[in-house]
Amino acid sequence: MVRLQRMYWMCGDKKMKKIYLDNAATTQVDKRVVKTMVPYFTEKYGNASSQHLIGQEAKRAMEEARSIIARSINASYDEIFFTSGGTEANNFVLKGLFFENKKTDKNHIITTKIEHDCVLNSCKWLETQGVRVTYLDVDEKGFVDPNEVKKAITPKTFVVSIIHGNNEIGTIQDIEAIGKICKEKNVYFHTDACQSFTKTKLNVKKQNLDFVTLNAHKIHGPKGVGALYIKKNTKITPLLHGGGHEKNLRSGTENIPGIIGFAKSVKIASMFDVMRMNKLRDKLIIGILRIPGTKLNGATGNQRLCNNINICFGNIEGEAIGGYLDTYGISSSTGSACSSNTLEISHVLKAIKCTDLEANTSIRLSISKFTTEKEINYTLAVMAKVVEKLRKISPIKI
Amino acid sequence: MIEGYGNLVIEHFKNPKNMGEIKNPDAVGELGNPTCGDIMKVFLKVEKNKLGEDIIKDIKFQTMGCVAAIATSSMTTELVKGKTLKEAKKITNMDVARSLGKLPPIKMHCSNMAADALHQAIDNYEAKNK
Repeated sequence: MVRLQRMYWMCGDKKMKKIYLDNAATTQVDKRVVKTMVPYFTEKYGNASSQHLIGQEAKRAMEEARSIIARSINASYDEIFFTSGGTEANNFVLKGLFFENKKTDKNHIITTKIEHDCVLNSCKWLETQGVRVTYLDVDEKGFVDPNEVKKAITPKTFVVSIIHGNNEIGTIQDIEAIGKICKEKNVYFHTDACQSFTKTKLNVKKQNLDFVTLNAHKIHGPKGVGALYIKKNTKITPLLHGGGHEKNLRSGTENIPGIIGFAKSVKIASMFDVMRMNKLRDKLIIGILRIPGTKLNGATGNQRLCNNINICFGNIEGEAIGGYLDTYGISSSTGSACSSNTLEISHVLKAIKCTDLEANTSIRLSISKFTTEKEINYTLAVMAKVVEKLRKISPIKI
Repeated sequence: MIEGYGNLVIEHFKNPKNMGEIKNPDAVGELGNPTCGDIMKVFLKVEKNKLGEDIIKDIKFQTMGCVAAIATSSMTTELVKGKTLKEAKKITNMDVARSLGKLPPIKMHCSNMAADALHQAIDNYEAKNK
């Protein structure tokens, strides 16, 4: 989300509490992850393509990392292809399949109105290349209707690409139902799981997935590394040509320290953390909703990402709320027009039928496994103060 | 993006001056920005000075908007409080931005509209007191 920005410029005071509630943007790297990465910079720095000992040492570690990531989504190690992150993986699926299908009559993509910009903007570019794209609507909680997917599929459709857990409003799609439809209709199914990975179940076999986008920095791993799951025997054209890395599908010397860190972050992810985050998330949501005139954007319970809170305040602007929160050391983000480069409101909030005013007065808070109950209590206390202050000067009364 | 606000902008945002409502105002101006959804309402209390000119005795803003919208509202009140209506009419959005020091370029045309809201209040006052 381009428009989501931490307003660090107000944190001049070093002693001030720093409460990071923008984990949907990126996360703190776990110290254990850093520790496993360090030797791959300084001692085991080999190129995995080299035949000598140091090179092969790196290769072995990389292949082990590949297996760890594969196992976590019930895939096989040779179905995981490392990339530079989620954006590259999403571009790879959509454009790689487009090039692969150029000689056929397939020229149709089905996606949704609530995808990440890297999917939407790839689709927009593909439209300039003659691809027809269907952008499915979602309901007021952000759910895609699997029946709408079914209805949209034509003999020309080459891929259905639907985000798993939404980055702005946290809604988790029923990808199993959609996967089943795609299998019946014999159409490739891709999901962008950058936000949901390790937070909710991903099982490529059960959910009939042909492609899955994963990344490290949303799960306490390093930035600049991600992966694409590609189901065995699936044909796709590479975007990067070169030395033939990643079985000729993604050339470029592998980011070994990043890959090692990525696997470690997957290994230490735990469902207990998810359960704890669910509780803290709900405490924060319930606490904020006690403020009159507020409303939750997105789904609830298990159908919402365990780290995502998105609230509409009705009559005070998102960037202003974020700005005041920042003066208390709390990092948040907003989908308001004011904070975007284009002065447009969030396309996700628009898709769930928020009015412009509702979108402009919404903020997102996203917690992590490092968030404490004390921080939630502090945030709730600050939030009440900030809202009171801003509502006093707002011309719109609630 | 958010970066690009100067210290004075932040100061006015954190501690906005003259915010709120005036009971029984002599004039009110209201302005909305369709682009980014900001809304500003300005209240004026007008008095005559010794020379018989209309001066702004008191001014208050209500603003629903971003950091820049709140800061420009606050700065505008500081610039015109006590000034004659004639002088206040000459103040432009650019003057407000300049007084604040640094506004990100993207905010220059959207949130920077406090002076326009003020002019509207003055126009309303003059129309009423013709």
